Amino acid sequence: MFSSEAKKRISLVLKRYPIKSSALLPLLNLAQEEEGFVSEDSMREIAKLLDLTPPKVYEVATFYTMLNLKPIGRFHLQVCKSLMCALVGSETLLKWIDQELGIKPGETTQDNMFTLNTVECLASCGTAPMMKVNNDYFEHLTHEKVCQLFEDLRTTGKCSLATGPFRWPDPGMLR
Amino acid sequence: MAAFEKILLKNMDMPDYSGSLKDYERAGGYRAIQNALGKTKPGDLIDIVKRSGLRGRGGAGFPTGVKWGFIPQDHPGPKYLCCNADESEPGTFKDRQLIERDPHQILEGIILACYAIGARTSYIYIRGEFALGAEILEKALDEAYKVGYLGTNILGAGFDLDVYVHRGAGAYICGEETALLESLEGKRGKPRTKPPFPAIAGLYGKPTVINNVETLANIPHIVNRGPEWFMSIGSPPKSPGTRVFSLSGHIARPGNYEVPMGITIREMLEDFGGGMSDGKQLKAIIPGGASASFLTSEHLDVKLDFEGIASAGSMLGSGAITFMNEGTCMVWAAERLLEFFHHESCGKCTPCREGSMWLLQILHRMEAGHGKHEDLDLLLKLCGNIAGQTVCAFGDAEIAPIVSTLQHFRHEYEAHIRDGCCPYRTEQAELVSTGSSQRH
Ligand SMILES: Cc1cc2nc3c(=O)[nH]c(=O)nc-3n(C[C@H](O)[C@H](O)[C@H](O)COP(=O)(O)O)c2cc1C
Repeated sequence: MFSSEAKKRISLVLKRYPIKSSALLPLLNLAQEEEGFVSEDSMREIAKLLDLTPPKVYEVATFYTMLNLKPIGRFHLQVCKSLMCALVGSETLLKWIDQELGIKPGETTQDNMFTLNTVECLASCGTAPMMKVNNDYFEHLTHEKVCQLFEDLRTTGKCSLATGPFRWPDPGMLR
Repeated sequence: MAAFEKILLKNMDMPDYSGSLKDYERAGGYRAIQNALGKTKPGDLIDIVKRSGLRGRGGAGFPTGVKWGFIPQDHPGPKYLCCNADESEPGTFKDRQLIERDPHQILEGIILACYAIGARTSYIYIRGEFALGAEILEKALDEAYKVGYLGTNILGAGFDLDVYVHRGAGAYICGEETALLESLEGKRGKPRTKPPFPAIAGLYGKPTVINNVETLANIPHIVNRGPEWFMSIGSPPKSPGTRVFSLSGHIARPGNYEVPMGITIREMLEDFGGGMSDGKQLKAIIPGGASASFLTSEHLDVKLDFEGIASAGSMLGSGAITFMNEGTCMVWAAERLLEFFHHESCGKCTPCREGSMWLLQILHRMEAGHGKHEDLDLLLKLCGNIAGQTVCAFGDAEIAPIVSTLQHFRHEYEAHIRDGCCPYRTEQAELVSTGSSQRH
């Protein structure tokens, strides 16, 4: 399960804490980074590494929203639906996504490229509507940007519209 | 309004400021640790922070120096400092900017705080979604270790410190300080009953201070310029200093604005937020993040400091201000917030876990036009059964949107019941939370 590269990182991570179980979230995150989701096999392996029981690992893994316990599409679209984003267009953003990809929250495109979920506040309220795609933030979204984003992801696997390091307002914009 | 000096966002205002160690030092950074480590006694440093009047920027506004003073000085074993970078209070996006644009300012604050309380290990608990922020912090840590600002015998002062970045994985509750500690220990993020307080038995049962990112970022400046200087800024004696306010909603220029505390909401909206967008009228204000009670356009002259907002019946919280225009349905707004709270309730306390579900169901019903008059009393009764009945402040937070919208906008609830539909939202959006399974 864990690659040899990951195993090196694990031994470094373990040194950071006086108790092994503190490495649980870092390892679950790492497992997801490697496989795109947290499989039962990796949970068992993590349990062994940290001297925990598999149910204990599962108990913790089910608490945290970011951990996918089932495989998902290659690109995980996470649209913030909290009030602040909803005030300025997150519902419209969901419509654009449905228009372009034909998926609603909870669904995955047939080619397994995109999975869409709504999530709660991602600390991007001043630059909404926004979504996170895998690890990247995309803010101030418009219909055009959404189209470009999907096109870029399909063809190159990345998109230059990703935002950050974050700073808003950008003084260049003000007067 | 009168001219003032930015403190925390000042560096990043400089052209080409990258937040690197070099840039931070060029801007005068790491002078505070040069002057304090080995030269100022830890107890004196705590005293300086006490005298500055700095209060926590994470939400509760607890005096920082006093919190540090609770740590037993003679404790033989390890002590810890946790930097709370979980920033998940809806409306808030200031820590994200402080982290991604000026990470060393936070690290210097962490070093000073650890020196003051005698901690040799510190964890920065950063919300899992901030992948870029975590990467930037890791890079800043590498830079600081290389020049000896971290590690063993820092600046020859005989002080050792290790700082680690610890990423969460998506759970609002982990911003609550004791849930943060649980999460850091590898458990579900469920708040602990207090006492014991973290200062006595915190991380791994050891004395622990938890401070917000922005709180810690203030420390180097207080050390450099003195407590009297800090006490002269903003709204002393109870609310000295600046705050980085995160503005969102129906305004012309949303974003982060650092201002001295004590300016009015009107000044904030007009001078910084650019006023309401699209020529619409202001209806409601949430002045401190999703957990704060709604205020109205009648509160525009309320001062943005701890006391001002509290006496208006809300709280300054995380410094996130959301403005809503005349076209916003208050029942819908409360419903949206309750969706958040219901999703994020950790499930430990029955009133919060079950109550959030009942409240949400009633609001769903109300917004869909199926509300009944009895529902209004039922909402308030349910809220009354949650208030003060939970281990952490989440319970009080989740009822704030309902109690305050019922207080200020009861007529909107009544209109939904009378008309059998939402007067504001013609098209009902089918938005079900599908982010993940419930936590509980
Ligand atoms: C439900 C809940 C969520 C919280 N979320 C955060 C958060 O995301 N960031 C934060 O700094 N404080 C948060 N707090 C406040 C912390 O419990 C704690 O008071 C704070 O980190 C202390 O730091 P300070 O004294 O520097 O403000 C939260 C509190 C509650 C009750």
